[in-house]
Amino acid sequence: MPVAPTLVKTTYREAVRAAMQEALERDDRVFLMGEDVGAYGGCYAVSLGLLEEFGPERIRDTPLSESAFVGAGIGAALAGMRPIVEVMTVNFSLLALDQILNNAATILHMSGGQFNVPLVIRMATGAGRQLAAQHSHSLEGWYAHIPGIRVLTPATVEDARGMLWPALMDPDPVLIFENALLYNLEGEIAEDAGPVSIDQAIVRHSGTDITLITYGGSLGKTLQAAKELQRDGIGAEVIDLRTLRPLDMGTVLASVRKTNRALIVDEGWRSGGISAEITTRLVEEAFYDLDAPVARVCSEEVPIPYAKHMEEAAIPQVPKIVAAAREVMGFDE
Amino acid sequence: MNDFVMPSLGADMDDGRLLEWYVKPGDAVKRGDIVALVDTDKAAIEIEIFEDGVVSELLVPEGEKVPVGTPLARIGGSGEGAAGGMAATLPETPPAVAPETVIETVGKPVPPEVPVTQAVSSVHATPAARRHAQERGVELSDVSGTGRHGTVTKADVEAVAKELEATLPAEPEPQPKPSRKRISPLARRLVKELGLDLATIEGTGPGGTVTKADLERAAVPAVPKPEPKPAATRVEPVKAESSPREQKQAAMRRAIGAAMAKSKREIPHYYLSNRIDVSRSLSWLEEENLERPITNRLVPAVLLLKATALAIREVPEMNGFWLDGGFKPSEDIHLGMGISLRGGGLIAPAIHNADQKDLDELMADLRDLVKRSRSGGLKSSEMTDATVTVTNMGDLGVDLVYGVIYPPQVALIGFGKITDQPWVENGMIGARPILTVTLAADHRASDGHRGGIFLTTIAKVLQDPEAL
Amino acid sequence: MTSERIQHLDRDHAHYLLHQMLRVRRFEEKCAELYQATKIRGFLHLYIGEEAIAVGAMGVLEPDDAVVATYREHGHALVRGVSGGSIMAEMYGKQEGCSRGRGGSMHLFDSETRFYGGNGIVGGGLPIAVGLALADKLQNRRNVTLCFFGEGAVAEGEFHESLNLASLWDLPVVFCCENNLYAMGTALERSESDTNIAIKAASYEMPAWTVDGMNVLAVEDAVRKAVDATRQGGGPHFLEFRTYRFRAHSMFDPELYRDKAEVAFWRDRDPIKTFTELLKEQELIEDGELVQIEEMVAAEVEAAVAFAEGGTWEPVSELTRFVYSDGSGL
Repeated sequence: MPVAPTLVKTTYREAVRAAMQEALERDDRVFLMGEDVGAYGGCYAVSLGLLEEFGPERIRDTPLSESAFVGAGIGAALAGMRPIVEVMTVNFSLLALDQILNNAATILHMSGGQFNVPLVIRMATGAGRQLAAQHSHSLEGWYAHIPGIRVLTPATVEDARGMLWPALMDPDPVLIFENALLYNLEGEIAEDAGPVSIDQAIVRHSGTDITLITYGGSLGKTLQAAKELQRDGIGAEVIDLRTLRPLDMGTVLASVRKTNRALIVDEGWRSGGISAEITTRLVEEAFYDLDAPVARVCSEEVPIPYAKHMEEAAIPQVPKIVAAAREVMGFDE
Repeated sequence: MNDFVMPSLGADMDDGRLLEWYVKPGDAVKRGDIVALVDTDKAAIEIEIFEDGVVSELLVPEGEKVPVGTPLARIGGSGEGAAGGMAATLPETPPAVAPETVIETVGKPVPPEVPVTQAVSSVHATPAARRHAQERGVELSDVSGTGRHGTVTKADVEAVAKELEATLPAEPEPQPKPSRKRISPLARRLVKELGLDLATIEGTGPGGTVTKADLERAAVPAVPKPEPKPAATRVEPVKAESSPREQKQAAMRRAIGAAMAKSKREIPHYYLSNRIDVSRSLSWLEEENLERPITNRLVPAVLLLKATALAIREVPEMNGFWLDGGFKPSEDIHLGMGISLRGGGLIAPAIHNADQKDLDELMADLRDLVKRSRSGGLKSSEMTDATVTVTNMGDLGVDLVYGVIYPPQVALIGFGKITDQPWVENGMIGARPILTVTLAADHRASDGHRGGIFLTTIAKVLQDPEAL
Repeated sequence: MTSERIQHLDRDHAHYLLHQMLRVRRFEEKCAELYQATKIRGFLHLYIGEEAIAVGAMGVLEPDDAVVATYREHGHALVRGVSGGSIMAEMYGKQEGCSRGRGGSMHLFDSETRFYGGNGIVGGGLPIAVGLALADKLQNRRNVTLCFFGEGAVAEGEFHESLNLASLWDLPVVFCCENNLYAMGTALERSESDTNIAIKAASYEMPAWTVDGMNVLAVEDAVRKAVDATRQGGGPHFLEFRTYRFRAHSMFDPELYRDKAEVAFWRDRDPIKTFTELLKEQELIEDGELVQIEEMVAAEVEAAVAFAEGGTWEPVSELTRFVYSDGSGL
């Protein structure tokens, strides 16, 4: 008789830590490096305690040299290691963009398939902590522009726990974007929760009237919006993309073919963003299934401001999502 | 004998100008020697030769610009054979797409046509006149010149142009293009698949767009088409210096104030409330809605309205007016719907004969009323002929409504929010969605006993939603 | 140094060094010709004049050592053991090329010889070299990573970040700065506040020496010393080779930034010319042997061209291969 798995309460932060712990235990080639991942315990306390457990050889504090340590991660991956490189926030990753784009994403191709780069880069992303315009952006959509890397956006405790191992086993570079507001997210997962898919989107809430497509930090808000829409008799289906590259359009298209309407919720900017990409693909592949124009709720086109009310106004929020969905449905308000 | 050619120093170099020869015929050259100076888009660059030999002939003189690959000089072999043939074989660049795709020119090249110019040259015209003639579409040969020596001037051209205009029939006014019917891509596909005639389908989506829902309506003629919308009723202007909107609001507040004051002053209210388990209704509704397209989706309020109307049939003392010192029961059941307006204020237009309508009709009426109330398109009869009022404040999170009767009506039914609450049934406790319904009734027209029966009837009807 | 060194110079080894330098020189001369004949396209950066560095350095390495190079890397690849044919085919863009025609002149890669590429970004290879060395250290392998870059990279942040990290973590990497005095057209003194590069490196707490990059024996000695010390756990080392490129930065370069007298001065110190003269003077080579070496080199170059000419174009249907390891386009 099958036994139901024991559920344990955990947080997103603990789930990421547990995933790293497991990887470090399972595979000698895995090591973690980044700014303040060791003695400090990680900027967001994700790696707290790992230094004590695994020692300074495998939990390596680095100088503030994003380009050098991301590049060193690439080199180490080329020479047989499975590094996890933590970049404090997505804005800082721009200092390493040369290494990520010009090396990590290209070496396999430039070398005609000879050298692959099994590297994992984790970084915090997103707004909501009043950190203003240099620590709050959502650039994962940008990274999804780049062929040669994989872009993951775990939005749940389960995904935070389960995405790291398959990412480490992927022969190519994987970027994991952790929305910093999610670190305190609580949830229950099976005690023995294991790897999850890093290829597929998932339907987080079923509905028949409109498909809400989102990922990462906007998932919770979108689910909340779906609940409110239910009160108007609107059944919203919520899709968590989970990976921005590859983009699992199969799941998205199946849903839109059912609901005939789509709204994308993206904390990234609208212009040229991942929402634009999804819209285009819907138009390309599901035009004759659309009963209303595709709509988007994205961040406003401003650097994220400091003041609380301004920051809140800059990024997608539940009322905006609800209003946009109602508009797609043809409600007058 | 090999050719020394204009080298390519980059993909962005198309040609070069030979500035200076460093060698002359008869000179011996060897691999790596600088033999000429060539000007490029970047600057002058010294170019080298990649073979040994003797310059036998210079083919391009100094100062001349030639494309990359053009032979510049002929180099005689120095006796050791043609090892340096590479420089002559030019340019076999990789194929852009596939080697097979070669575009060939078929047939003989066509010689350029020689334009006939004599007609033009026989007319003397000023340059301005020539241009004007072209602009006005006038043949210069049709114009007799009045200028010096019979030269055609701009005025001459204009005169002829006017003459031509007068004789030509006026161009018909361009008809306004019929505006393209807006239709969603999905609806467009379905029209084709279902073999429908797009012209007969009315679009009710945003901006009059035809959507899937419109097609479903068109495909099922049993559903009556909504009546054409009536013109907005005029509101009596109120004299004041404030804006029309403020005036309107002020007038409304005064009207509400007067009616409510009268109610509180004159009507002896009594109040009853009843908690109702609506789990059956809600689960029935959920299943029912699964079968329905979104536009025909039902909301819980519709069930409450229908239940109220049916209960009124059982207890007619709730329905009618207190007029001239006596109760005048109403045959018809017109449910006044309390609707709050966005700018503030409240109105209670009626859904007529609610007891005789099915849920779909009630839903349509409800949507329609809310929409028109807020956009200002109600008929005056709707505003005045309600026989009883229902107010649903659950959306606002209100648990319990203590109603004020709208005179001359004699009852007001209030619905609160549906919330999960502990509920005991057959000695078992469980969580159920619970709704509190209240009645405010006029003691002159009925008493508490009848009021109690009325509320219980609503509760009973809601337990059997299929029958609604 | 040199006179003592010459007394111990083995005849065969001397021939080896000269042979290798000539291989690079003649191969690249052919490249220039083929470029002008449009057989090779893109950027073509020639190493002519700087051959002593790659030749002196590569001979010191063990097969499992790693090499990271720049976009001026034909010589390094060739001497490291990547075949001339596969390099030439790469420049032709043929699928028989060492990077299947995906890289071209600037991106020669070879897993057999742990040759981690020409890198088209100035300074871009340094962090990778640090990582390769880190992996070797973490896995207790006694390999050394040799990292080549030009003096232009010294102005890049990655140079400083990488030297610091390598020193901080005591990694087995030898940084080889090929200082040919010009970053494209910008002279060193026009871009650096202090033109003594070795001193900058020394500030990161690693042994750093300046070496005559036109003298193959001096190069070989310095690299051996650095590599041996590094292999024995001595941490990173830094070598600055003073050198000069005789040719333009790339093919389409009118060389407006330097005068002919300067070029002539350095051409006089041509590492092949001076080494040949030295060997003749020391009676370590005879004219016949010289001719023999030249013939061997010419035959190799000819064979490389023939190999490239006979190569094939990769079908366009394979365009999106090698973006991900499983061949998917994602």
